[in-house]
Amino acid sequence: MTQGRDEVFDNAELAPGDEHAEGGVGARVLGYLTGLGLAILLTATSFFVAGTDLVWEPSIPVALVVLAIAQMGVHLVFFLHITTGPDNTNNVLALAFGILIVILVMGGSLWIMANLNHNMMPMDQLMQMQR
Amino acid sequence: MSTIALTDAHHGSVAGREWSGPASKRIVTGYGFWIFILSDMVMFSALFATYAVLLGQTAGGPGGRELFDLRNVAIETGFLLASSFTCGLASIAADTRQPTWFQLAMAVTCAFGLGFLFLEVQEFASLVARGAGPTRSAFLSAFFTLVGCHGLHVSAGILWLLTMMTQVLAKGFRADIQRRILCFALFWHALDIIWIAVFTVVYLIGSAR
Repeated sequence: MTQGRDEVFDNAELAPGDEHAEGGVGARVLGYLTGLGLAILLTATSFFVAGTDLVWEPSIPVALVVLAIAQMGVHLVFFLHITTGPDNTNNVLALAFGILIVILVMGGSLWIMANLNHNMMPMDQLMQMQR
Repeated sequence: MSTIALTDAHHGSVAGREWSGPASKRIVTGYGFWIFILSDMVMFSALFATYAVLLGQTAGGPGGRELFDLRNVAIETGFLLASSFTCGLASIAADTRQPTWFQLAMAVTCAFGLGFLFLEVQEFASLVARGAGPTRSAFLSAFFTLVGCHGLHVSAGILWLLTMMTQVLAKGFRADIQRRILCFALFWHALDIIWIAVFTVVYLIGSAR
């Protein structure tokens, strides 16, 4: 058994975070630079959209969420090297399950709490009844 | 189809490739750590849900618009993004076994991480000094829990980073050290991904209210 990174290429799978190293060091650095550039672009857009009057105001939170998800995608692909390749199936499946739970927890909480809030009697009336 | 599959299996080949034995230690370790990171994200999602639910519950106290300094947040974001990039360079240096480049990239990563923590601690201190500490309202409790939890992760990451620098110095790029570097890189990049959600949900959307 060879040591370190070399042991990776005996198998048809890749550890999460490992890159399919076809290019040399230059190509890999270029990959990280591409990710950095895209991330800076998306971050700058987020901060610009949040502070501008140019965009219709109710659309701003949606735009910010979309930009954030796009940037997470950039980080996953260029920094964590999660790809759609066959050597990454296990990593992607685990990620998909994680995303499912995250969506359930966040969406479910917001949905239920908004519903409770909507159906709850206004606080002053509640105080009146308790007297 | 099944006949073909059976024949293939009989010849020792599944789905057109040779069975090459169990996965290497690097894959098993990396995958296990990947599962941990995903569960950490699930924990953060609960904190995010709490924050989103309590966003309006300021109990007559200050809200995000009055409290957050977006310029400070932009600098913090830049620091963390830059540290994620240099952490990637450190992974490349580790893979190609260049100790000088590795130590240099890790040192820069550490400096950016410390810069981020410094700004965050400064922000927390100024909030508490202005009477907007975690006890002021449900909104601020949720804010300090979520952002503070991320800050604790970054602090732990910096300790881990220094450990990896020392271990490479003392033991070189052994296979087990390489696996730890892989896990550290996963952890550090994941922290940056969580920070994307923090600056979007907490600061940008939070200060729009």
